[in-house]
Amino acid sequence: MSRLTLELPGLSLKNPIMPASGCFGFGKEYAQLYDLSKLGAIMIKATTLETRMGNPTPRVAETSSGMLNAIGLQNPGLEKVISNELKWLEQYDVPIIANVAGTLTEDYVEVAKHISKSKNVYALELNISCPNVKCGGITFGTDATIAAELTAAVKAVSEVPVYVKLSPNVTDIGEIARAVEAAGADGITMINTLVGMRLDTRTGKPVIANGTGGLSGPAIKPVALRMVYEVSKQVSIPIIGMGGITTVDDVIDFMSAGASAVAVGTANFVDPFVCPTIIEQLPEKLDWLGLNHISELIGRSHR
Amino acid sequence: MIRQERMRVVKHKEIAHNIFEMTLIGQLVNDMKSPGQFVHIRVSDSYEPLLRRPISIASIDRDILQFTIIYRAEGRGTSILSQRSIGGEVDVLGPLGNGFPVHEASPGKTVVLVGGGIGVPPLYELSKKLVEKGVKPIHVLGFQTKDVVFYEEAFRELGETHIVTVDGTRGHKGFVTTVLGDLKPDFTTYFTCGPTAMLVAIENMYPDKKGFLSFEERMGCGLGACFACVCKTTDQTAVDYVKVCSDGPVFPAGVVQI
Repeated sequence: MSRLTLELPGLSLKNPIMPASGCFGFGKEYAQLYDLSKLGAIMIKATTLETRMGNPTPRVAETSSGMLNAIGLQNPGLEKVISNELKWLEQYDVPIIANVAGTLTEDYVEVAKHISKSKNVYALELNISCPNVKCGGITFGTDATIAAELTAAVKAVSEVPVYVKLSPNVTDIGEIARAVEAAGADGITMINTLVGMRLDTRTGKPVIANGTGGLSGPAIKPVALRMVYEVSKQVSIPIIGMGGITTVDDVIDFMSAGASAVAVGTANFVDPFVCPTIIEQLPEKLDWLGLNHISELIGRSHR
Repeated sequence: MIRQERMRVVKHKEIAHNIFEMTLIGQLVNDMKSPGQFVHIRVSDSYEPLLRRPISIASIDRDILQFTIIYRAEGRGTSILSQRSIGGEVDVLGPLGNGFPVHEASPGKTVVLVGGGIGVPPLYELSKKLVEKGVKPIHVLGFQTKDVVFYEEAFRELGETHIVTVDGTRGHKGFVTTVLGDLKPDFTTYFTCGPTAMLVAIENMYPDKKGFLSFEERMGCGLGACFACVCKTTDQTAVDYVKVCSDGPVFPAGVVQI
């Protein structure tokens, strides 16, 4: 397995594969299926200061090679995430990346301050890009100045490295990336979902109760890949790439485009064993490519 | 234990208009615990359609490792599934969810099973289990029209069965509540599965009876991880939502806000 190990700020990864936030809950459901210690890391579901009920149902809709979701950051709140979910995850030998969300800057700061003290949290993922909540979320992620200010505020209190999750729903994603790097971000995770919509053909009304939802799945891979490729040329901090990753070849693509590790999201719903399967397939893929170590993949497209 | 298994199709046929009965064989059957559980089926090996389809289990034969699903070929996914040939394989994840609590019915007592449309199938395995236990089921099964009625004889073999169609082309005319209103059955517990409007009507009809309702909600993962299929509960002091896929799909009457 040593061919797959990677060092990122705060994270010693056994391999570059981790389930993406929002697609893996807090791990309990998938722990019924396989040993979570196999994973490179786990990006847990977004945590907000208070309990959040999320949006009305229906919250998901299928689209061509993808899905829309508008869950609305439902989670039990900071206190319960720390005392129940993170505590439970301690039994596994896997670093946790805590996804931090909020409505106001103060919320993010409060969550980051406390959750970063948790024993198994090795990094934070700052969620400034959720398209499915009315306040907070994406409003922080579409303005470079605001994104930078929030990053700096969270960096000031976090006890672990801070990765910022970027939104694809902007004109220039590179501008936001450069701004958060300058504000002290240790890394970038990208991309969050693309705002989309589906209508019920019979009624003409949106299928999702929220009206719009975040598009994910294989349909968005070309967009995500292009953005990782562009941003990796503009920043020197590492990128964890995501957006439609479903197969081992997708992993190769994202790392070649400049990602140092990857997250698998919607594919977990299609094949709950997708993460361990990809991890198993990676060494053979490296052989096929004539590479000794996974790190040789990173940024191949730029060389 | 939840498994993902490529199961072989041993029977597959259209039993009513666009209603298909498919029997699958495999080890996963060993883990099926209660009637009302469901499986999550991947209908295509490609990304089209992407998500799995939750389909309830209609009957289980553990001795020969077979189980049967009954589904309506309505959307793209189920239409693709309906093309699957006998001898072919289907990617099945399951068994999932918590089913009907058979232990809540006592031997010698009468219970009512109320089904609507594609909510009827899980009641068949439930009825078999209840009859094995010595419970007397009364089935009230509602359909739109005669073309989509299925399993009438199978249910009759297990107990008193009333068929009702909206247009009156088969059995009684009207809704399941019409029949129940006329019958005024004397029973201890009801079990029901079908459209939400029907569940509401049944719950309102028997506010003082012990009942168990099987819910349906659009799902993502089917495991409880994605929070897509949540329902609000009536209890606003403790846990105020439940997940249909992992906490349900069956809930006691009065638990879910409908």
